[in-house]
Amino acid sequence: MVEKAVALSAILFVLGALGALTRRNLIVILMSIELMLNAVNLALVAYARHWGDLAGHIFVLMVIVVAAAEVAVGLGIVIALFRNRESVNVEDVSLLKW
Amino acid sequence: MTDFLFYVFAAVAVAGSLGMLLNVRNTVAGALSLVGTMVSLGAIYVLLDAYLIGVLQILVYAGAILVVFLFVVMLLNLRQDAFTPERLRGTKALGVAVGALVCVELLLLLPRALGPAAEIPADFGGYRMVGAALFTDWVLAFEVTSLLLLAAMVGAVILAKRSID
Repeated sequence: MVEKAVALSAILFVLGALGALTRRNLIVILMSIELMLNAVNLALVAYARHWGDLAGHIFVLMVIVVAAAEVAVGLGIVIALFRNRESVNVEDVSLLKW
Repeated sequence: MTDFLFYVFAAVAVAGSLGMLLNVRNTVAGALSLVGTMVSLGAIYVLLDAYLIGVLQILVYAGAILVVFLFVVMLLNLRQDAFTPERLRGTKALGVAVGALVCVELLLLLPRALGPAAEIPADFGGYRMVGAALFTDWVLAFEVTSLLLLAAMVGAVILAKRSID
């Protein structure tokens, strides 16, 4: 059960990383980052179950808090960007790209 | 029975994330399929004896975070033509290949990563044990969290304001 959960977490993490790297829609990129955070949470819960250590659960709580804060700030940035550029495509905001 | 439930929820989770990843036309549908992923992950947490985390996962992720996503998608009123057709076929193929490689590597290495399982107490993962750990050993992290949430709240308000005066 624990091994299968960690395997699922690896699959979900790779899917989230693919989404964050290949999609060009800023909202979808944020959702992919959420998916990666969830995959890490799943691995933490599985390891906590395996080793009987509640620290994993506390880490998951902290990750959930950070994810909520990240979404609030990230979507604020998306709204500000849309107001200025009428777009949520990351190709349109490449000023800091080399 | 537990294994069967795990496979069902794992399949729903992977299908939901694939639905989010591959849906290039409709962001609302992508966010809704991610809700399915979050809910089934909450069920998997319950199967892994993390009862409090499972409830919080459904309340916070499926209930709050993804609602905020849907709210912003609908607020911006993004039409289909607002998304340019996605380019970079070569990069995308390379990304899928590297992703599959990393996934296979992780899956091959995993079975050797775990030692012998520990005995877990009867109410492991319930609100009583998690709460006791959170408010004794980890109380500093808990308090710092309040500062983080305050900073995020102020940041979101400032960023989404129409004009800063």
